[in-house]
Amino acid sequence: MHLKYESFIREPLVEGKKDYHQVSEDIIKPIEGKPGRMWYVGFFFSIVLLIYGIFCVCWAVYWGLGTWGVNRTIGWGWDITNFVWWIGIGHAGTLISAILLLFRQGWRTAVNRAAEAMTIFAVMCAGQFPIWHMGRVWDGFFCLPYPNSRGPLWPNFDSPLLWDVFAISTYFTVSLLFWYSGLLPDFALIRDRAKTKLRKLLYGVASFGWTGTVKNWQRHEALSLVLAGLSTPLVLSVHTIVSFDFATSVIPGWHTTIFPPYFVAGAVFSGFAMVNTLLVLTRRILHLEEYITIGHLEAMNKIIVLTGSIVGVAYLTELFMSWYSQSWGEMAAFQWRILGPYWWSYWAMMTCNVVSPQLFWIKKLRRNVIFTFVMSIVVNIGMWFERFVIIVTSTYRDWIPGSWAYYSPTWTEVGFYLGTFGLFFTCYFLFAKYFPVIAVAEIKFILKTSGRIYKEKMVVYDNMSTVEYKGFIDAAHHDHDDHAHVDSHHEIKLPTGDTHGSGPAPSSSESEEKHEA
Amino acid sequence: MAIKKFAVATYTDEEVLFPAVKKVRNSGYKLHDVLTPFAVHGLDEAVGHKTTDLHIAGFIYGLCGTSTAVGFISWVYTSDWPQNYGGKPHFALPAWIPVTFELTVLFAAVGMVLTFCYLNQIMPGVKKHVFHPRQSDDTFVVVLELNNDSDGKDAIEFLKSTGATETNIQVAEAGWWYGRFDKKEPYELQNA
Repeated sequence: MHLKYESFIREPLVEGKKDYHQVSEDIIKPIEGKPGRMWYVGFFFSIVLLIYGIFCVCWAVYWGLGTWGVNRTIGWGWDITNFVWWIGIGHAGTLISAILLLFRQGWRTAVNRAAEAMTIFAVMCAGQFPIWHMGRVWDGFFCLPYPNSRGPLWPNFDSPLLWDVFAISTYFTVSLLFWYSGLLPDFALIRDRAKTKLRKLLYGVASFGWTGTVKNWQRHEALSLVLAGLSTPLVLSVHTIVSFDFATSVIPGWHTTIFPPYFVAGAVFSGFAMVNTLLVLTRRILHLEEYITIGHLEAMNKIIVLTGSIVGVAYLTELFMSWYSQSWGEMAAFQWRILGPYWWSYWAMMTCNVVSPQLFWIKKLRRNVIFTFVMSIVVNIGMWFERFVIIVTSTYRDWIPGSWAYYSPTWTEVGFYLGTFGLFFTCYFLFAKYFPVIAVAEIKFILKTSGRIYKEKMVVYDNMSTVEYKGFIDAAHHDHDDHAHVDSHHEIKLPTGDTHGSGPAPSSSESEEKHEA
Repeated sequence: MAIKKFAVATYTDEEVLFPAVKKVRNSGYKLHDVLTPFAVHGLDEAVGHKTTDLHIAGFIYGLCGTSTAVGFISWVYTSDWPQNYGGKPHFALPAWIPVTFELTVLFAAVGMVLTFCYLNQIMPGVKKHVFHPRQSDDTFVVVLELNNDSDGKDAIEFLKSTGATETNIQVAEAGWWYGRFDKKEPYELQNA
């Protein structure tokens, strides 16, 4: 039972007067009602962007990749930049749901559902770029190891590009399973509440017939814990392997051992920023401010300032190493990054990623919703420039000055990028309308330790000295042995030693709870 | 698959539920199940369930993934189609760590989720009896199994004495079946 004492230094995770039923009401209501006008407008624009993106991709496939701005010197342009950007964003969800579960961070319960959804959609968007970059996309299945008529000729298992295929498809599958297994009980809740036949049918199918027996819950807990344990190294491996795409090459600016931790920190940094962007809007539109509190936003801003600083240290380390190596190629690559024709991208990256997140050391700004929202967008602009800097400004001046080139995207590349925004937000709007955006069962699980009114009830115990508390426990124990009935504890003497707190007196059942614990 | 008679009691507070479950287990009545809207820690022990071995299954699936990856890649590169990449060894284990790791995680996760669904008997299209419309909302439901010829009055009296907020007798399917949640089942007419 979750009746352990929680420190008063921790602020409540659920504000307002909530009981279990009120939690269901607050979170499921938006699903049962008609969406507001904002939803329709947003959804319409997302669909338009998606259709435009599909058009641009079809154009590029029909006419070939010559319609993109990439050339023989700069073979990876916006496509791989966007791929790494989206996959980085896709790191926050599983980090929140897996790593924060292992660290027993109660605040993850309010944000994990939306963050995991965001992860899944972001990985879907990321996957588009390498697929369509193949050019002859109809031969895409060649990268899978299947018995074929060409030998059989197998893919190169020693290549980071193939590792990426395995890493990203595994990451997508495991995140999806983790997310959906958590959704089962909440779908069952919508099903049991449903008034319309269609809703009962569809959520009945979606809930897999979940009823929530004790054994089901026991296995559910075991599954969540092991999936969290598996996802924790998985989430770190994915961006590590993405960084191998660069780090195992011999291009100055790419060939560095710092890449894996630097990429993972950057991924968490941008992922949390995207979570903040979405949650600031979601909590406002769906009126979930009492569940996704300022405290939740602050916790994520703390992670942003931490990972932003790690990223900053990594940038400086790269600079130092290029000088320390005294390798002409390395030094030139970094000199041209900073002062060459792409100087603006480097300085945009430095400003957005290293300088501006440092403002989050100020508590007032961490807890300011509008500032959080603006910063979350600034961080993601910065992280986009980081990938652009790594990819384009490492390759545009290569070993032969005669092949130096400049790259700018064409309208098809820009349209493709916009199209992935369309895909992402189309999915997110559907999610926000038809799925519980907060894990209802998990909020109920922490409600009685971390809900405001329940914490206030514990003030009485908090003000006891250890001696008083022991006397209180003994009294409750003695009483419990004497009487068989539940409602027979009213005569327990409460200590009167509280000095400043004035919480309500504990009811009979609370003395029972102390005993059980 | 059997239609049985049940005495159903609901509780709204975990602190009443735990002693009630204890009393049910001491009473001699047959406890069919306890349904809760969320995971209640310690209730599995209170009901008398052993810990689950799902994680052991996960470990075995993981080992299958590891051996599939290492076995397959070494067969491809040492026997089926050895290739010379810049004079590097054919058996290049360090280069296979990423794929091996990913397949380990993939097998363990997919295998565990399928086992989870199998053990819990859940699947799209599966239907089970809902004893109380708020069992997934805020209500803890204790279900006792009765003999078909029993009228259950004593069981109801007993459940009321444990602090139940609501009690009733229901005829219901005990297991799972393929069905739709928007359709009433024939046996439910008996509960009207």
